[in-house]
Amino acid sequence: MRLSRSAKTVLGIITALILLFIYAPLLLVVVNSFNTDRTFGWPPKGFTLEWWAKAFDSAGVREALATSLWVALVSTAISLVLGTLLALALQRYRFFGREGVNLLVILPIALPGIVTGIALNNMFTTIMGVSLSMWTVIIAHATFCMVTVFNNAIARLRRMNGRLEEASADLGAGVFTTFRLVTFPQLRSALLAGGLLAFALSFDEIIVTTFTIGAGDTTLPIWILQNLFRPNQAPVVNVVAVVLILISIVPIWLAQRLSADSVGVARVKAGSSK
Amino acid sequence: MQLRQPGTGPGTQKAPGSGGGGTTARAAVPRARKNSLSALLDRSPRLRLAGLLTAPAAWLGIVYVAALAALLITALWTVDSFTGKVSQTWTLDNILQALTDPVYQAIALRTLWIALAVTVIDAVLALPIAFFIAKVATARWQKLLVVAVLMPLWASYLVKAYAWRNVLAEGGLLEWLGTPLGLSSPGYSETAVIITLAYIWLPYMILPIHAGFEKVPDSLLEASSDLGAKPWTTMRLVVFPILVPSIIAGTIFTFSLSLGDYITAQIVGGTTQVLGTVVYANVGAANNLPFAAAVSLIPIVIIMVYLFAVRRTGALNNL
Repeated sequence: MRLSRSAKTVLGIITALILLFIYAPLLLVVVNSFNTDRTFGWPPKGFTLEWWAKAFDSAGVREALATSLWVALVSTAISLVLGTLLALALQRYRFFGREGVNLLVILPIALPGIVTGIALNNMFTTIMGVSLSMWTVIIAHATFCMVTVFNNAIARLRRMNGRLEEASADLGAGVFTTFRLVTFPQLRSALLAGGLLAFALSFDEIIVTTFTIGAGDTTLPIWILQNLFRPNQAPVVNVVAVVLILISIVPIWLAQRLSADSVGVARVKAGSSK
Repeated sequence: MQLRQPGTGPGTQKAPGSGGGGTTARAAVPRARKNSLSALLDRSPRLRLAGLLTAPAAWLGIVYVAALAALLITALWTVDSFTGKVSQTWTLDNILQALTDPVYQAIALRTLWIALAVTVIDAVLALPIAFFIAKVATARWQKLLVVAVLMPLWASYLVKAYAWRNVLAEGGLLEWLGTPLGLSSPGYSETAVIITLAYIWLPYMILPIHAGFEKVPDSLLEASSDLGAKPWTTMRLVVFPILVPSIIAGTIFTFSLSLGDYITAQIVGGTTQVLGTVVYANVGAANNLPFAAAVSLIPIVIIMVYLFAVRRTGALNNL
């Protein structure tokens, strides 16, 4: 197929327009966080750092940020352990029900967030009678964060040379020594990438969080949602949104550089569905 | 998934490197043999597997599968109108009400319409940009463009919906852009929900379609044109059939994600109600978890039906 020059130009222009469509709204949030106008009017009326100062002074924002970081850290830690174990089990062994487990791992990201959210909410409150807290959020987050760690780890395991482990065992190293000295070093960058993705995923998750968080706790996304409709808070919400963009995009960018394994949509998918 | 190292299945256990029980401890790593747990695991691949699998499988089973099963069951229970607690009385009322009440029927249809519109818009936008990235752009640009499409995928879903609240605001960017052209901003409405959802899920459509275009060999396109086909004919008769599974893979995301959404409807939808809004209201304010569970079964069933319908196209392997 030989495209004419003009056809290529048209396609190029369409591509540029779509990219503009993708980035303009995000840039607008950044611009509005410096905009003196409280009502998102365009063009901006003037430049101010007032909202940034306010956001840094706001105890609510600081608390929410601390909660978000803590939830993301703990659920990333849990998902790193569980995801690695699962990847090793599914990649290195064949057993009855293996396909089933394989499907099971994907479910938390394949079903819409609201389904996961209400299922867990129902499980905690109605079936188990546990009151919702930060820990129920952590359990929920770890469940879908496990998927990103698992995906990264299993992709790496598939490309790894198993003979190194055999050699290690032949030389007398035990199971744990082999893992520590041979398997783990090869997995390390994949786990780091998976962990960063899991962190970002947990950090800006909103739907599952809404359904599993206790009345007293607030994560950053929940804080945004609570303050979104309050006109006098709107500019501060913009600042928090910019922070959220930065804290979730930087780890992703790092993860991409760390992991040579291709990033499929299924892996990426969880990013926004929750 | 297909690649397996030889001899790692439990059937043909030649337990890599266990060397039977007779391996002598080497001076280099004597610790390994002293550790009895390690030695035990060394001998038994089954134990090793159990050790690996128990924790994650229990987590997924207890936290997730049990939760989904419980959701189904809860949909068959009721709420005691005096205590407000869920009472375990079996009834089909919730499901019947969700399906037959005209209010909920209208909401279900609206949600379905929004999901379909979003899917079509995303497919139309994704095709040219994916084609440009995969087949027209130079190698250097290809990498840059893929990253450019990928990056915003990771920006928070909430922030993206919020960004459109900025764009659509009264006196905001869209109004400013539209006024000279005689167009008015849709404001916070159902149209706004469709635009915003199409925006949020667009990268999920671009990536699989881009991967699909990459799979079409250039030689095939050349052959088609050598045989006299115009670009458009090549597109229609050669490229498109190869691309179908990728497009469907993309639609699975945009469709199912849109069906389950309610945050976007809250933020830019004005008074627009979708299935998610009903579920959310019934979990929170209305305190009727069984009814919320019954309503949430509607998107689950629709998605299952859709997945079932498209599984033969091979789209599921393109996710």
